[in-house]
Amino acid sequence: MAERAGTLAAGAVAATLGLLTLGTLAVVALQTGGGLRLGPADWAALRFTVWQAVLSALASVLLAVPVARALARRRFAGRGALIALLGAPFLLPVIVAVLGLLAVFGRAGLLNRGLEALGLPVLSVYGLHGVVLAHVFLNMPLAVRLILQGWATIPAERFRLAASLGFGPGDVFRHLERPMLREVLPGAVVVIFVICLTSFAVALTLGGGPRATTLELAIYQALRFEFDLTRAAVLALAQFALCAAAVLAAARLALPAGFGAGLDRTALTLAPGGWRRGLDALAIALAAGFLLAPLGAVVAAGLPGLGSLPDTVWAAAGRSVSVALASTLVSVAGALVLALAAARGARGFELAATLPLAASSLVLGTGLFLAVYPFVSPASVALPVTVLVNAALSLPFAFRVILPEARRMQADHGRLAEALGLRGMARLRWLVLPRLRRPLGFALGICAALSMGDLGVIALFAGEREATLPLLVQRLVGAYQMQAAASASLLLVALSFGLFWLFDWGGRRGAEA
Amino acid sequence: MRTPILATGCLAAAGMAAAETPVLTVMTYDSFISEWGPGPAVEKAFEAECGCDLRFVAAGDGAALLARVQLEGARSDADVVLGLDTNLTAAAAATGLFAPHGKMPALDLPVTWTDPQFIPFDWGWFAFVHDKALASPPGSFEELAASDLKIVIQDPRSSTPGLGLVMWVKAAYGERAAEIWQGLADNIVTVTPGWSEAYGLFLNGEADMVLSYSTSPAYHLIAEEDDSKAAARFAEGHYLQVEVAGKLAGSDQPELADRFLDFMTGETFQSVLATTNWMYPAKTPEAGLPEGFESMRPEATLLFSSEEALAIREEALEEWRNALAR
Repeated sequence: MAERAGTLAAGAVAATLGLLTLGTLAVVALQTGGGLRLGPADWAALRFTVWQAVLSALASVLLAVPVARALARRRFAGRGALIALLGAPFLLPVIVAVLGLLAVFGRAGLLNRGLEALGLPVLSVYGLHGVVLAHVFLNMPLAVRLILQGWATIPAERFRLAASLGFGPGDVFRHLERPMLREVLPGAVVVIFVICLTSFAVALTLGGGPRATTLELAIYQALRFEFDLTRAAVLALAQFALCAAAVLAAARLALPAGFGAGLDRTALTLAPGGWRRGLDALAIALAAGFLLAPLGAVVAAGLPGLGSLPDTVWAAAGRSVSVALASTLVSVAGALVLALAAARGARGFELAATLPLAASSLVLGTGLFLAVYPFVSPASVALPVTVLVNAALSLPFAFRVILPEARRMQADHGRLAEALGLRGMARLRWLVLPRLRRPLGFALGICAALSMGDLGVIALFAGEREATLPLLVQRLVGAYQMQAAASASLLLVALSFGLFWLFDWGGRRGAEA
Repeated sequence: MRTPILATGCLAAAGMAAAETPVLTVMTYDSFISEWGPGPAVEKAFEAECGCDLRFVAAGDGAALLARVQLEGARSDADVVLGLDTNLTAAAAATGLFAPHGKMPALDLPVTWTDPQFIPFDWGWFAFVHDKALASPPGSFEELAASDLKIVIQDPRSSTPGLGLVMWVKAAYGERAAEIWQGLADNIVTVTPGWSEAYGLFLNGEADMVLSYSTSPAYHLIAEEDDSKAAARFAEGHYLQVEVAGKLAGSDQPELADRFLDFMTGETFQSVLATTNWMYPAKTPEAGLPEGFESMRPEATLLFSSEEALAIREEALEEWRNALAR
């Protein structure tokens, strides 16, 4: 019976997500009677969108594997801090991330100044390679965290057995790591592919011009300049179709690793010495340098004005934190319900939980605006709408984080719990929450941080008094206040990261005890 | 029990006060109402003389503003829309949502203005802004194309200055516009979605020049006491951006809306604009223009009428895209 109630709850969450994504799209599509017309430029945009998203997702995940492996099997001072910092790039507001990257890789960036000093030709970052570079910077750390969690799901007993059987690194890879990667990688690739599908400002700015037009730009143009809502809806539908195709393909590729249950002993995974130690050190150093240099540029740009920020910034920061906390609770609760249902083998929830990633936030915001406008003033519901939308948009990440552990819990302890009649709240308290503490902490952290950085939707709703921090950053750059914007961005990053770290630390601490 | 009764009394009083004070709702773009924009000063000054409550609703940038007007349609609570430009007014007029203003005040615009529905409140010339350290700034698009200078521009499909640049090249070169764009292709470092990204890239040293306004150097001079920026004068002339406001036909405060439009071209409003919106006021204030506004006067002013702009937009965008997508 409890199972049915859980599935019903998951159905309700999935239906809400469906309404928010496809429902808002339908509202937009039904506004005007115009037919769909996709010209050659749209097909070119579609091709570029898919191509850059495929390259970005594969590059992010493939580069993440050696880094995650090195982090999984080595222990060194600052390891915990580095793992926590891996959350940071993902949380940067787009314009801040772009300026940070350009401070390192741009025409006047550190890299080119170094090359010039050595008398070497300068490199241009603008083009498809720049787009992929930026997407790897933003998403590779997320992939590292997702894969690192995969390593944590291999029971300690398997490593002990491998050690007593005298397994070399190659055997460990074949028998333990490869099955785990087979389970984890397709999901990570899909998440990053879908995130990159809706990329707009990063792709255009680093892509160097109209060659780098993505579907999201075409949607923006249709909504803002042409007011062709039908066209915008058709383009947004294409994004959903691509997302659905990716989720289905990944579901076919991913295979459960089938390690069986362990006894929860913490284990240091086998750490081979020799040249492999050097290789691991190199992977960690390269990744840390690649991620920390642009972050350092962001901090350096923001620090000078931090003391003289206007009061409106602090007020907006307070609003952003409350919105983030509220949507985090909603989001993780929804993700947990969906992940538990999916782990029990119920179908369709995985797709429902990935759909919001492919939502064009412009279409979603416009659809909600049209749905709400006849009844209440948009400004009066700005914050609740933002909470709901942020919760929906961050749910896919929480879901991905929780799902592997939820599956393992179901496989390892599901039958025992059934036999004991452990159900409802008791099951939640004695089985689910303790077993899932680590992924839940990470999921809460990711959701809180992501909900700090919202934009597409609140911009349509907020009046003077409802502005959140990201919206204020945008208003600051629009008013030539570049220093204040850089400092407010740093504040935004610090707050996002602070929330992320707090939840993540809480989850990891409890799990290791 | 005292608190609820008191609270109810206060609420009732507040409600009555609200019923007596008419509310004028002005929909505008974000930066107009920010604390550095003209909004706060305008609100204070107008409320002091109208006996009304002036409320601003912000809606992104100029293009987002028109989209918002269309989304809200005839049901809109807004009375006045402030911040459209000449690339948008034909589409705005075609919605049938705007009412004629019935009169045109005398203004100091570099062109004659006769639009029956929209009244200008400020204007500016598009220009490429550079650092004064730049040895020989180009004097025309052709010189720019022949040089190896690097520029950042905005995408005309998502940004009003970007669209302004496409119109500028079209107005200056007509049939040769595509050729000019092909010549410029290797000068363009990148194309950004909006003005702020492009300007940020320029300030961070990613390009020698950025498409902005001829008054941008005056911002640095006045607000930051930084005299290092200049706008390049192009021999073809400079394209004009005129920012306008219009009254919505569905307004429930038509007289107050008219009064606001009168106020908009009056001395108080106009004297706030130069150093908050960093554009030329539509009517030069008695105190004249601030320092730096006269440092770059173009030889000619280019501007398509709003009907022409709408008619050629698609073709001009296509030329731009084809030339740069190679």
